[in-house]
Amino acid sequence: MSVDQATVRRIAHLARIKVSDDDVPHLQEELNAILRFVEELASVDVEGVEAMTSVMPMPMKKRQDIVTDGEIADVILANAPEREDHFFKVPKVVE
Amino acid sequence: MTTQAKPSKLIKGATGDFEIVIGMEIHAQVTSRSKLFSGASTEFGGEPNAHVSLVDAAMPGMLPVINQECVAQAVRTGLGLEAQINLRSVFDRKNYFYPDLPQGYQISQYKSPIVGEGIVAVDVSPTEQIKVGIERLHLEQDAGKSLHDQSATESLVDLNRSGVALMEIVSKPDMRSSDEARAYVTKLRTILRYIGSCDGNMEQGSLRADVNVSVRRPGEPLGTRCEIKNVNSIRFIGQAIEVEARRQIGVIEDGGVVQQETRLFDPGRGETRSMRSKEEAHDYRYFPDPDLLPLEFDQAYVDALKAGLPELPDAKKERFITEYGLPAYDAGVLVADKETADYYEAAVRHGGATRDPKLVANWLTGDVAAYANSVGLSVAQTHIKPGQIASLVDLIADATISGKIAKDVLAILIGDEKDADPKDIVAARGLQQVTDTGAIAAAVDAIIKANPDKVAQAQAKPSMLGWFVGQVMKQTGGKANPQAVNDELKAKLGI
Repeated sequence: MSVDQATVRRIAHLARIKVSDDDVPHLQEELNAILRFVEELASVDVEGVEAMTSVMPMPMKKRQDIVTDGEIADVILANAPEREDHFFKVPKVVE
Repeated sequence: MTTQAKPSKLIKGATGDFEIVIGMEIHAQVTSRSKLFSGASTEFGGEPNAHVSLVDAAMPGMLPVINQECVAQAVRTGLGLEAQINLRSVFDRKNYFYPDLPQGYQISQYKSPIVGEGIVAVDVSPTEQIKVGIERLHLEQDAGKSLHDQSATESLVDLNRSGVALMEIVSKPDMRSSDEARAYVTKLRTILRYIGSCDGNMEQGSLRADVNVSVRRPGEPLGTRCEIKNVNSIRFIGQAIEVEARRQIGVIEDGGVVQQETRLFDPGRGETRSMRSKEEAHDYRYFPDPDLLPLEFDQAYVDALKAGLPELPDAKKERFITEYGLPAYDAGVLVADKETADYYEAAVRHGGATRDPKLVANWLTGDVAAYANSVGLSVAQTHIKPGQIASLVDLIADATISGKIAKDVLAILIGDEKDADPKDIVAARGLQQVTDTGAIAAAVDAIIKANPDKVAQAQAKPSMLGWFVGQVMKQTGGKANPQAVNDELKAKLGI
């Protein structure tokens, strides 16, 4: 499996990452290198082997239902490029 | 689905009948104090971005840790839907770009949801019940909120809702009319409220529906569906389905093809319209969230949650039918709201007495419900107490007052004497029924004497009796026992 240049542009668009035409061939090669590596893994026989979700066999950590966080709007907004009162302000996006 | 179409459900097009097929995705906000993966508050309202942690704002390096109460709520809800509970489920990332989704992905469950197939029994009318299959229920994060109308060029983003737990409840395409769809959402909301896993408040957005609608000619395979997004009231769900089905029939009858797309319902204009379909909008590129281990628990955990569930609406309805001898429809009306069901039982058993359960039900589903509706409350939310209803029913049962006078007493309870015991109202105003035959006989004699012409008519035409009963009741201020008046009149008139 490999990606063509159109796919690279589409993935970039979905992630809202600006990619110049000059960068496309380079990114295409990087992605294809990853795909080649994954294809190599596919040659290993894993018949009957359960998928491993964690290196350590441990249960998922869970929290109590207690409010322990929040009420830090100024911290949350500290790096916002633009804000209005305690709202983030972003270029208009409408469906 | 190849089941036979029910003729009563079909709608007419210009070229023949069509069947509507409806499935729904309900997003129900989980009742919890803190968010699904962070310790920020879930409280509604609040200053912009106040209930937000660094996790909810997707700051680099933040890791999600699941709220165990949200897990419990999803399992309880699954049990209430008689559904398969999956002891192992997996969280996935659903990737899309939107400014009110700072992570760039929603943590959801795609391949392995926490709850699998289930079923909901839905009363559509007093005589019709349908079963709606549940496809799955999964846990996911809510997004933040964007405000678009503050400026022409910019949007404002508030992340207070970002990360609040949602249950997405997906039905099978088992509904065939807008009535069925509305009844399904109503029933689902009742179940959620009984369990306490969602407050069901559609105005505040705690319950939102995406409605999938398609049409087909009877017996044909499923048509292409359109998804109507975020319909926020039960009435609008019905309207949206009606206008969307009409639109699709129009497209088909004009020789066109229905395009699969997402649409919005505009209640003001009574139409659905296409959301400007961004191409690739549905390329979510799901993959397992590497920040979260699989969600696992054992059957004992599920059993413990099951043991802690309250009596659910279907079970309560069955009990009301067997224990109180109520018709299925009355029982269904009473249990639709848990507080009203509790109110009913409190009224039936008030003061340790047992009183006619059917009579109490009639008052609660009749005059009291009418009053409650008129002021926009449920029966249990009105100022009228179960003890007052019990007292009123007792006065009718022991013939102290007639049903008609009881309506007057209720009007007094609603009006001037909100806290009074109906017994005291009746005593203070002398509303007791006159059962004294002497007094009734005197009134009957007076009416007969004053109306010789009507007497002759009544003897020829016994249905005239009603006129005499009315006159006697009028003369006695409505307090005469109607049965005694009837008997006395029949005897005196010889009919």
